[in-house]
Amino acid sequence: MKHLLEVKNLKVSFDTYAGEVQAVRGVSFHLDQGETLAIVGESGCGKSVSIQTVMRIVPMPPARIKEGSILYNGEELADKSDAEMEQYRGNEMAMIFQDSMTSLNPTMRVGKQLMEGILKHQKTGRDEARRRVLAMLKEVGIPDPESAFRRYPHTMSGGQRQRVMIAMALCCGPKILFADEPTTALDVTMQAQILDLIGRLQRQYDMGVVLITHDLGVVAKMADRINVMYAGRIVESGTSRQIFYHPSHPYTLGLLGAMPNLIQERKEELYNIPGAPPDLFAPPPGCAFAGRCRYCMGVCRRADAPEFTTEDGHISRCWLLDERGKKYRPEGFGGRTAEKGGSDDE
Amino acid sequence: MSEALLEVRHLKKYFPAGRNALLKAVDDVSFCINKGETLGLVGESGCGKTTVGRTLIRIYEPDGGKILFDGQDISRVNRTQAKELTRRMQMVFQDPYASLNPFYTVGEVIAEGFSIHGMYPNKKERQERICELLEMVGLHRDHAGRFPHEFSGGQRQRVGIARALALDPSFLICDEPISALDVSIQAQVVNMLIRFQEQMNLTYLFIAHDLSMVRHISDKTAVMYCGTMVEYGKTQEVYDHAAHPYTRGLLSAVPVADPDYEASHSRIPMDGEVPSPVNPAPGCRFAGRCHHATDQCRGETPVLKDVGGGHLAACHLL
Repeated sequence: MKHLLEVKNLKVSFDTYAGEVQAVRGVSFHLDQGETLAIVGESGCGKSVSIQTVMRIVPMPPARIKEGSILYNGEELADKSDAEMEQYRGNEMAMIFQDSMTSLNPTMRVGKQLMEGILKHQKTGRDEARRRVLAMLKEVGIPDPESAFRRYPHTMSGGQRQRVMIAMALCCGPKILFADEPTTALDVTMQAQILDLIGRLQRQYDMGVVLITHDLGVVAKMADRINVMYAGRIVESGTSRQIFYHPSHPYTLGLLGAMPNLIQERKEELYNIPGAPPDLFAPPPGCAFAGRCRYCMGVCRRADAPEFTTEDGHISRCWLLDERGKKYRPEGFGGRTAEKGGSDDE
Repeated sequence: MSEALLEVRHLKKYFPAGRNALLKAVDDVSFCINKGETLGLVGESGCGKTTVGRTLIRIYEPDGGKILFDGQDISRVNRTQAKELTRRMQMVFQDPYASLNPFYTVGEVIAEGFSIHGMYPNKKERQERICELLEMVGLHRDHAGRFPHEFSGGQRQRVGIARALALDPSFLICDEPISALDVSIQAQVVNMLIRFQEQMNLTYLFIAHDLSMVRHISDKTAVMYCGTMVEYGKTQEVYDHAAHPYTRGLLSAVPVADPDYEASHSRIPMDGEVPSPVNPAPGCRFAGRCHHATDQCRGETPVLKDVGGGHLAACHLL
């Protein structure tokens, strides 16, 4: 089956004076029409770099694609020139960012900024572009599109600006929407409104959405599938239910254990993952998480864990899933190993 | 029996906002924190929660109301008294990047308070105390000679906490101490704060917008909306039996890290945005977004009412 977007073994490095930073170290994932893929991980794990590379908005140099392929509808994007990529950005894929204040041009009226994209990417006249911008502003829930059209971004609230940014991204009807921490700077009530808006527009336009976030609550609300990233790699991937109810990587377990609970009073201490992520100038041999992992075995420090895949496509890179690591597994780990079969499938 | 360390009565803080305009950032807020307890203060940005913290510690002067600290009225104090107060009351700031002086080494950042208050005049003792504080917050004693930019966000926040604890305060105001940090680092910092509270019998005012974290750390929770306090009570009461429509809406807007829960719970719609606190109209400030609002709500300001066992809420419908 052909996927809308398929990224295979992508490796991205930044060449700096201090040496090569291996920001993305072999990432593979795919996205289909109409589904939401969430990429979860801490700052610096490579989640933003990997999708910025797909969009080719990461400056090259210093960045460079070392290896790997990016297939969009079967077409290879990794060796397209910057000029060729222009046709894809905006028209086929678009992005919304965390900080709407710095992502919008403060010296340009909102309407003009939105028209710019349409005029650049599509063959339309100014009147048609204006009409479409007004329709889009209305679509994203801006109360008075005509007046918003003439306003400057700083006169709007954070929530309004985020709506403008979504309107801008969707103006040219992209098939994929990348949302990089779209609600991190917003209050929960506004976050709920913006997430609902993204969900509604996704269904309306049948878009694939890639949502980058570190908020597992947002992930639970939005995602169909989840990739958990750590130190430039995807350490676990699976459906939302697989990741939340049968986490199969100690890092995922740690993230879930570090979350306080809103619904029930939590008596025990939050689990804290000790230490900090490794230096990507010189990633350690073996598993990158080994130094912080409470189940770390001898093999973890020597050899990188391969991908272990269950029948239903739940992938984890952890030696505990090897037959020989069985006796070291914590209770409930993985949940659906061979002896349990697929009985707990929904 | 626990006794009150900090009691705030009808606190007001107004800022001039142009001709004939007053921004009522904090308008009649009262609460009480017992020794060794944590009060969580939650609300959306701009609701005045940070202003409350800053007024308590005298970054701002209050415009009305009373602040009782350890039985002593501190709403009007002179400079000498204010200096003594800052020894007993310290603050941990939100942004670990902006709140540490980049020209000072970490050791100097921590020692600044010692110089101001004339503590540890002996150089060797002072150095020893700095190292002790660094180790307490999980850093290494050799870090004292380094500059803030050499540290990660989580480590800088540890330095901020070490600075706050340096003068042996009894009360800490933590203003969004973890919101700039990653999830796993948040847990490290929160666990540390809880541990110190138990060890040193500290009292916290924990200001945050992360409702789940506030539930985890607080004994009591106060919810603010547009400068006023709308609900106040024991944390479990406020979360499990929220009385005010705003609190209920706010809680239902928080996404929970559980896909089945998310799929089965719908959120209470709360459209629109927070009104401006500049010259607010009389009446309940939440009325414009509230689905139950009546004419009474639009005309008459509600006062806090006891809905059972010290659980207070300001709503006409109760």
